Amino acid sequence: MAAVSPYEMPEAGSGHRQPVVSMRRIEKRFPGVHALKNVQFDLMPGEVHALMGENGAGKSTLMKILSGIYPKDDGEVLIDGRPTDVPSPRAAQDLGISIIHQELSLMNDLTAAQNIFIGREPRLSFGRLDETALNRRAAEIFASMNLKLDPRALVGRLTIAKQQMVEIAKALSFNARVLIMDEPTAALNNAEIEELFIIIRRLRTEGVGIIYISHKMDELKRIADRVTVMRDGQHVGTVAAADTPVDRIIAMMVGRALADSALTVPDLAGAPVALEVKGLARGREIRDVSFSVRKGEILGFAGLMGAGRTEVARAIFGADPREAGEIIVDGVRRDIRTPADAVEAGIGYLSEDRKHFGLAVGMDVRANIAMASIGRFTRRFGTLDETAMRDAARAYIEQLTIRTPSDRQEVRLLSGGNQQKVVIAKWLLRDCDVLIFDEPTRGIDVGAKSEIYKLLNGLAAQGRAVIVISSELPEVLRLSHRIAVMCEGRLTGILPGGAGTSQEDIMRLATQRESVMQPMGGMQ
Amino acid sequence: MSTVEASPRASLAARLFQSGAHQKLLAFASLVILLIGFSLASPSFMQTSNIIAILQATSVNGVLAIAATLVIITGGIDLSVGTLMTFCAVIAGVVLTYWGMPLPVGIVAAIAAGALCGLTSGTFVAKMKIPPFIATLGMMLMLKGLSLVISGTRPIYFNDTPGFTEISRGSLIGAVIPGLPIPNGVLILFLVAMAASYILGRTVLGRYTFALGSNEESVRLSGVNTDAWKMAVYALAGGICGIAGLLIASRLNSAQPALGLGYELEAIAAVVIGGTSLAGGRGSILGTLIGALIMAVLANGLRILSVAQEWQTVVTGAIIILAVYADMMRKRRMG
Repeated sequence: MAAVSPYEMPEAGSGHRQPVVSMRRIEKRFPGVHALKNVQFDLMPGEVHALMGENGAGKSTLMKILSGIYPKDDGEVLIDGRPTDVPSPRAAQDLGISIIHQELSLMNDLTAAQNIFIGREPRLSFGRLDETALNRRAAEIFASMNLKLDPRALVGRLTIAKQQMVEIAKALSFNARVLIMDEPTAALNNAEIEELFIIIRRLRTEGVGIIYISHKMDELKRIADRVTVMRDGQHVGTVAAADTPVDRIIAMMVGRALADSALTVPDLAGAPVALEVKGLARGREIRDVSFSVRKGEILGFAGLMGAGRTEVARAIFGADPREAGEIIVDGVRRDIRTPADAVEAGIGYLSEDRKHFGLAVGMDVRANIAMASIGRFTRRFGTLDETAMRDAARAYIEQLTIRTPSDRQEVRLLSGGNQQKVVIAKWLLRDCDVLIFDEPTRGIDVGAKSEIYKLLNGLAAQGRAVIVISSELPEVLRLSHRIAVMCEGRLTGILPGGAGTSQEDIMRLATQRESVMQPMGGMQ
Repeated sequence: MSTVEASPRASLAARLFQSGAHQKLLAFASLVILLIGFSLASPSFMQTSNIIAILQATSVNGVLAIAATLVIITGGIDLSVGTLMTFCAVIAGVVLTYWGMPLPVGIVAAIAAGALCGLTSGTFVAKMKIPPFIATLGMMLMLKGLSLVISGTRPIYFNDTPGFTEISRGSLIGAVIPGLPIPNGVLILFLVAMAASYILGRTVLGRYTFALGSNEESVRLSGVNTDAWKMAVYALAGGICGIAGLLIASRLNSAQPALGLGYELEAIAAVVIGGTSLAGGRGSILGTLIGALIMAVLANGLRILSVAQEWQTVVTGAIIILAVYADMMRKRRMG
């Protein structure tokens, strides 16, 4: 890969215009993580500058520094060429920098106009509100955006796309000169994306600088002037969007494929199918997903955030409803409507959010391990057989090498890796033959990760079917015997595991959007 | 898209849904059905004297429920409204009877004491980040104790303050329109309701009350001093509890220091029946008023039908469950 020096940034547009934002040598550390290392970024007025990188590359952190949410550790931020402090979100707004978060931060119970002017309501005397002026001003902003929207509409009743427009209107009401959009199209359909692009182009012609964070390659080609790629908290390069091939951008994002310990893919051709999913569907989130896993196989699920992987897992597990689809376990069609049905069928799901869904963190290791199998430890009159529970818990503490002083230790006092092992023990005790792991190593330090990998390999070797959802491509490549890739609720392909598959192959499928849209010329 | 979008041309039904008026309609319809039911069951129910008795019975709980509504819309809860009411009554007793001050001073003192206690609760919640349930639970107990301490556990009578009982029992309206002897307590309830409704709908304080309950972090990131506004809401609610204290003291012609516990739950019940969401962000004074009326009508009607007091409580409990369930079903239907 031809390295692009951070200092060879192509200029956007022509002339000697000054960047409206220039971030130099930005450093940021969080406990245990060097989140940003010597990062450079600049933005010209009237430019759409895409910021790309894998999850965790540091894009959001950089933007939170620019919008005053995080303080930087080192480096400087220049606004209009002058070194400027951005100590708070309010300060950023006063400087004309507005951020539109991926999770919209609107008040659903207020109207569009009330949301836009929250904290800056036009007032009459004695703290009375001037609703007429409020609605008129909001209507003016909507008109300037060429947007048909009633200022008095309750935000909670609007579509996500319209809510986003309200956020943009709010940003514009601050006379925003810099607009940061974090994955603005993640929840939009194609028509809504078009609507958004029209607004973005209009803002661009008015000289607003737009920082556009997205994973979607085709969008960048259509909307962005320049692309900056980040990886592992570092600036990899800035290129002109028009004359850089998509493959090159992907290569910049994933870096050189790491020569990791070779994965041996077992020959499972003769192994029985443990789980088969046919035509699973629910709205736009899950669209006709079909796949199967054999006993002894690890099937990886790759995709970008919001691709629908967790939704698929939860639908199989009965945690969320499905509109269509069959779930066949060990050759028997099972009607799974609730998690209890799934557990009965031998499916275990290990949520990405252990603390919320996987563990009762205030209870001890013993209680947590026994949680899903409580019926086995219940004697007559509903009393619990603590001795049997203790023995079972101790057996798994030993088998999985869970580091805990005893089976009575509260789970919240264990490390992330050991908490994850407790969840695994819980499902093993329940005799689950199909285990779905959602981001099994999230929040777990590097050392413990390889232990979890070993554990997953061990489970497969015992003949269990293992599904691993992971947003970290190296992890998927390292573990999976086969790799299912999702994009926008669809299964866009299943790749063989092992050395034959690269991160680029996965990224290509993960960004393969359904409709190919017409490329459009830039606005004058 | 299944989401209903608002437009000026949206149907009347859709607009009612949006404004939350639907829940009020539901509550209002229940109230009307109760009124019709009871008047059919008993001829004495609809007599003017009985209707006035119902309104008079609503006044104290109604005012307290309005105070509770304000706090609940911010996403909080105020368990101290009942004992705060008593505390303010005791303060009025101390100022008027023990110190012999003139009536207006006593009125101001009671309301100021309420606002100050509310501000204290608000400080616990906003500045010290104590969950509202705990902060106001502590406040509830402290105020109960303080009322007993200050009064020496004895009732304070207002016999030396001429006109004090007129606050609740007199009838300004009756003086003007002889055929309509509506007691001042009821008049005060409606004045408080109108003021609170105006504050919620038309002032900055009201806007932030809803905004805090809807998405506090978002309001904070918009540069609003959320702590200060939250404290203001608790203080306002406290002041309204002071008014309730004056009403009950006037009605009993005494400050009863042992009274007050349990009133907070009655008030919260009225708020919930009136369709205000305990999750915050949604609610209305009109709904709360209807909720308080429903409770008073039930109590009165069941008493006229000679239903035992114990059963009245059972019915009230069932009504709360029904009201909230109806609200949830409505939301589920709207998706």
